[in-house]
Amino acid sequence: MLKLVTRNIGVQDSHTLSVARGHGAYSRVEKAFAMTPEALTQEVIASNLRGLGGAGFPAGRKWSFLPNDSPKPRYLVVNADEGEPGTCKDKYVMIHDPHLLLEGIIITCWAIRAHRAYIYVRGEYDLPIARLEQAIAEAKSAGILGDKVMGHDFPLEIVVHRGAGAYICGEETALLESLEGKRGWPRLKPPFPAVEGYMRCPTVVNNVETLAYVPFVVEMGGAAFAALGTERNGGLRMYSISGRVNKPGVYELPVGTSLRTMIYDVAGGIVGGRALKAVIPGGSSSPILRADEIDVPMDFDSLAKIGSMLGSAGVVVLDETVSIPEALMVLIRFYAHESCGQCTPCREGTAWLAMIVERIIHAKGRPGDIDNLVRVARNIVGNTICPLGDAAALPVISYVTKFRAEFEEWLAKARPVEALPLRPTHIGEPVTAG
Amino acid sequence: MSQTTGTHDLSTIDYGMQDHPGPVAWSEAARREIDAIFAKYPDKSSATLPILWLAVREFGWISYQVEMIVAEVLERPLNEIHQVVTFYTMYPRRPLGRHHIQLCRNISCWLSGAVDLREHIKQILGIEVGETTPDGRFTLSEVECLAYCECAPAMRFDDTYIGNLTKDSVARIIRENS
Repeated sequence: MLKLVTRNIGVQDSHTLSVARGHGAYSRVEKAFAMTPEALTQEVIASNLRGLGGAGFPAGRKWSFLPNDSPKPRYLVVNADEGEPGTCKDKYVMIHDPHLLLEGIIITCWAIRAHRAYIYVRGEYDLPIARLEQAIAEAKSAGILGDKVMGHDFPLEIVVHRGAGAYICGEETALLESLEGKRGWPRLKPPFPAVEGYMRCPTVVNNVETLAYVPFVVEMGGAAFAALGTERNGGLRMYSISGRVNKPGVYELPVGTSLRTMIYDVAGGIVGGRALKAVIPGGSSSPILRADEIDVPMDFDSLAKIGSMLGSAGVVVLDETVSIPEALMVLIRFYAHESCGQCTPCREGTAWLAMIVERIIHAKGRPGDIDNLVRVARNIVGNTICPLGDAAALPVISYVTKFRAEFEEWLAKARPVEALPLRPTHIGEPVTAG
Repeated sequence: MSQTTGTHDLSTIDYGMQDHPGPVAWSEAARREIDAIFAKYPDKSSATLPILWLAVREFGWISYQVEMIVAEVLERPLNEIHQVVTFYTMYPRRPLGRHHIQLCRNISCWLSGAVDLREHIKQILGIEVGETTPDGRFTLSEVECLAYCECAPAMRFDDTYIGNLTKDSVARIIRENS
């Protein structure tokens, strides 16, 4: 099976410069520099490479939004703040092939004419941070980075910036705020980062995996890369598969591979031969799919068509023994914890959702609680600055609608509220003090 | 809060934060590192997170005194530093045990037995989540998604990730580090 960004994973010392170069690292830089930045951007547009962090915005088009007349410096910011539950792919690139990412950064910086790139890595990623720093140091001493990129009159510096534990910083404007040394509070868009990003300068924010595919777009040409995928999703991508499957892991597969193939062929089927109950197809914020909905090609458009999303391609498999309300409790607690608190509907709404789900689970549910969940969730959707509110609310709506019977069962277990009056208050009867 | 430190008199305010036992000052090596960090950014504010990381390495955790010297080198108001420190989960605001166990509790780990594992660890250490053992060896925390889903259940033990955990392997890791 064809492999691109994962082809060197498993090669001994693939993270070191000498081994990486032996396996093709930096071999596409010359070809990129032979092209004008505009031609390079056109090639990426032709490749149908989409943003693989979750939003799926076409990468080349994002680059083309940078204003040409701005005198300010331009920046590339690499989003390596992988934090969507169920997703664990970017760390493989950073641990095993950091030079591939650096090559993608070099090519992208040439395309957007940026001389400085920041890699914003989630704070918990100790090993990826160490590997990136080592790779940058090696590349610097080999003349790949620095005042001249591989002999070209193009200075480039790459800085690793460590986050400090906040899921919201994976959202691009929150990430920029955090990079500027503030709380990671998302910004209202527009202006988009391409116009006013880091330090109010034109900035491109791209995910690690997206940038790791850029060298292959240059190598194969945009059209050939596009042909690997589906109509509007070029190439391959990395899928993280976890939960109740026999072979959880990160797999690089053609865009559009069906979910059924992924679960049963790639990941070896369900643990213990049990039946499938549900699948979260694209990280925790994607609406859940029932077992009868898995004959869907895993690409942005096909999943959107059936009311879910591909997002970060973090597939989480739930078998027949999993309680859906309990799974929802785990997830909604996460969103209540990670809401940045800036917008009221999200700050209050996620906390209410968590509270209602928890009381249903703890047999203290009240009549109407299931409808309350949907009502609160609907009041969050579309009413916040960033998509975290939607990311919390849409799963709630889908879990409750698709598995309502289970929620009803939990609710039926609710005990009546035990409340006793401090003293008898039967109307009309004489009461003596004491 | 009982001390008066620098120009900020905090003696009347109780933020529920602890003081560092002794004086807090950057080492010479740290000062050099601060300059190196500043060189990476177009302005000083952008260096806030890296300098807080440096402070954690130097002093172990972020107290008010540490916030003050961070504010001083960054030339930012103290309240801005406090806002940043309290927003992120990874800057410890109290002393931790010698080893920090951060157990993941999110969906993939939960599906793979993280709840049982947590109860098991609590039992071995005799503490609740968020506490430190009386001998100061272990602090137990529960964290949201560590992005180690393919090797669930997983934890971050100090600065190392360990996945595919079982009750036995966790017990062994704790024993070996006791």
